[in-house]
Amino acid sequence: MNWVWFHRFGSPPYVYGFARRWAPWFGAVAGLLMVVALYGGLVLAPADYQQKDAFRMMYVHAPSATMSLMVYSTLAVASAVGLIWRMKVAHAAAAACAPIGAWFTVATLGTGMLWGKPMWGTYWEWDPRLTSELVLLFLYFGYMGLRAAIEDPQKADKASALLAIVGAVNIPIIHYSVVWWNGLHQENSTKLGSDADMAWSMVWPLLLMLLAFALYFGAVFLIRLRAELLRRERNASWIREVLS
Amino acid sequence: MKTSSLSVARLIVLRDLRLAFRKPSQLIQPLMFFMIVATLFPLTLTPELSRLRDAAPGVLWVGALLSSLLALEFLFREDADDGTLEQFALSGQSLTWMLFAKTCTHWLLTGLPLALFAPIAAMLLGVPAQAVGGVLAALALGSFAMSLVGAIGAGLTLGARRGGVLLSLLTLPLAVPILVFGADATQRAIIGDPIGPPMYLLGAIAVLGITLSPLAAAAAVRIGLE
Repeated sequence: MNWVWFHRFGSPPYVYGFARRWAPWFGAVAGLLMVVALYGGLVLAPADYQQKDAFRMMYVHAPSATMSLMVYSTLAVASAVGLIWRMKVAHAAAAACAPIGAWFTVATLGTGMLWGKPMWGTYWEWDPRLTSELVLLFLYFGYMGLRAAIEDPQKADKASALLAIVGAVNIPIIHYSVVWWNGLHQENSTKLGSDADMAWSMVWPLLLMLLAFALYFGAVFLIRLRAELLRRERNASWIREVLS
Repeated sequence: MKTSSLSVARLIVLRDLRLAFRKPSQLIQPLMFFMIVATLFPLTLTPELSRLRDAAPGVLWVGALLSSLLALEFLFREDADDGTLEQFALSGQSLTWMLFAKTCTHWLLTGLPLALFAPIAAMLLGVPAQAVGGVLAALALGSFAMSLVGAIGAGLTLGARRGGVLLSLLTLPLAVPILVFGADATQRAIIGDPIGPPMYLLGAIAVLGITLSPLAAAAAVRIGLE
């Protein structure tokens, strides 16, 4: 098998060019899909028989929640690649992921709270999923805090990469400990996201929205990655050629 | 001649114990901190023992977690500053094994005394006498797991200028499972339920910590030393 395509991603100039070429396309397709999915979710889909219109929060909430975990996985994989094969670009990619993932987590918590007010009668409920999402946010904060606190950039890359991997090992343990903890006190009051009993007219905007969010992440990620590469390689000669 | 791993561990444990007992204040301060935290709750919450008893698991565990975080700062910091860790890394012995010995000693000096002290704090919070054994066992096992998780954070923050707050930010989210199961075991001990299930889970976390955390801590210390 030919691995040249993979090796090219180890070169900052190539990745810079790639990011510049593809970011607008990702963004455009994401925007288009988002408009279609929003129309489908907010207008075409019927109101839920129990939750009425409040269920429509799901079209932002569920994709954000999925992305908050997916971005952490991306972050951990990029960190592992950076540690194992010592790829500079992988560390830059991990650094670019963290703030985006943290914002997806904030969006998940925010929309979850807005949905909780009419449904549960309170903005915050110590629901297992909300709680583990909150811990995930703290993990992102820890990652960004460690990266910011170490001045030597290479040391910061490696230390934060190690933390990302330790966090990835811990996420399932944290999640199940929290589920188990709350299982003692109360049953889940609502089960959201069991697709089996949802009508197709409600499901397709959700799937489309998920795709749109993933592409949106791609666009923002590529833009951040470019900025990160510019900052890291500011003394390299290829920067002058690219910018002139 | 290469020294055997067991005698390396013995030397490190003895060295750390000797150093610690020359500076007893560093040993006692986290315990004092723990007692003060336990005292603050009756003052802020309620002096009624029956209501304090409900809050006791939380008070004991949050207090224990915070005070063990205070002690974690001293786990690697001084040895990194005076070059001892560098010598460890260059000695040809397994750094993973040496750091594991250091972490175990750290638990002997901070976690274990904390667990032995906890029954006094528990009594002050209205925990019945027959629950004391469970409280002690849960804190002893939980603080061991906490030391192992904390060793990774202590290693990672070696490279950072200001370690303290950052160390808490890194370690506390990772300590959530220990807190959940430890507090549950304590709660069960207080109401007289069997504490087996959460203790087994705490034990599982400790075993996972023994297998993985020294590896991660050694990698972190190597990054810090570069």
